[in-house]
Amino acid sequence: MAELFQFELVSPERQLLSEQVAEVVVPGTEGEFGVLKNHSPFMSTIKPGILKVRKDGGAWDEYFVRGGFADVAQGGLTVLAEQAIPVTEIKKEQLDQAIQNAEEDVADAKDDDTKQKAEMTVSQLKDVAEALKAA
Amino acid sequence: MPSLKDLRNRIASVKATQKITKAMQMVAAAKLRRAQEAAEAARPYAERMESVLANLAVAFEGRDDAPKLMSGTGNDQVHLLVVATAERGLCGGFNTNIAKLAREKAKSLIAQGKTVKILCVGKKGFDAIKRDLGQHVIETIELRGVKNVGFSNADEIGRKILSLYENEEFDVCTLFYATFQSVISQVPTAQQLIPAHFEASEGTSGEGASSVYEYEPDEAEILADLLPRNISVQVFRALLENAASEQGARMSAMDNATRNAGDMIDKLTINYNRQRQAQITTELIEIISGAEAL
Repeated sequence: MAELFQFELVSPERQLLSEQVAEVVVPGTEGEFGVLKNHSPFMSTIKPGILKVRKDGGAWDEYFVRGGFADVAQGGLTVLAEQAIPVTEIKKEQLDQAIQNAEEDVADAKDDDTKQKAEMTVSQLKDVAEALKAA
Repeated sequence: MPSLKDLRNRIASVKATQKITKAMQMVAAAKLRRAQEAAEAARPYAERMESVLANLAVAFEGRDDAPKLMSGTGNDQVHLLVVATAERGLCGGFNTNIAKLAREKAKSLIAQGKTVKILCVGKKGFDAIKRDLGQHVIETIELRGVKNVGFSNADEIGRKILSLYENEEFDVCTLFYATFQSVISQVPTAQQLIPAHFEASEGTSGEGASSVYEYEPDEAEILADLLPRNISVQVFRALLENAASEQGARMSAMDNATRNAGDMIDKLTINYNRQRQAQITTELIEIISGAEAL
């Protein structure tokens, strides 16, 4: 049995999760990373994507997260996301809306830098949509 | 001297008013509980954000490559005051107090020869300020249709502030709102948003701890990513505090109003009874003296 550690998933509006878990997979900006107990201190920003949590029982819970960062410290892992929704509660329209907004951002972008960033967001969101469709 | 009928009408009308204020008080009490819950739910996020930023900021304090949101533009000529108030009145001194604090600050800044720009969030704040500082107000954001303040509302305001900052429309940004302490006490607060100040928290004592941290992407990029987010988070926190304060203020204001109405009803009722008795007495005297005259 895997050792457990404290995991907190917080959005500005509420604390979604605060409990002992076995493993978490976080969609970091520079790639997904898994966190187990006694991970070395680490901090990363996150990209829009699916965050996976494995509790003691072994089943994976999935959350859609967007914008924010993950902080691995001695006490455990904290993920602060601007938006965090359990995958089961996501409605397809919401995601479509988000994609549409992001596409508008691309169209509105004035300089290359913001445009590039906005395009990245669009592609990331589309990935998420694909992944959800497959599931 | 008002007639008996007048008195009766007045009692009826005060009673009707009392019913309304009583209902408003109860609605405010219910809303207050919800607002407080929302404010509490948001606290972990804001606190974590702050402690992480404080940790990161220590490393950048005083460095030339520190992000502009932290170091400022280098001068403090133009000030932006973000005044967050309620959309509705009838909540005691809530709106007035915030507006007063903002107005004092604006006046002292103007006296120092600085330029003041005001961004109003909430209609009542604008109403209170427009009389003497109307020409300084650059925009009013109304949240009238919004029932429960969500992060998206705050984010919108945060983005607006940021885009103004990027266009170099101002140098220093201060946010005004009321901190909720209890139902009877809400403290108007001024908080400087830009350039951001971080209290040197535990992060400073454990400098060794921050150095073993691994960052991905590097520290500068994380900080640059988090600072703009922090603005929205701070605005969100202010809006939630405000929402709780507003309901608290309204609750105590309406409690007072209900009590005053009760006092008034008592007084009017005594008056009414006294006059009724006087009338009966006069009628009796008339009858008796009429009978005696026969």
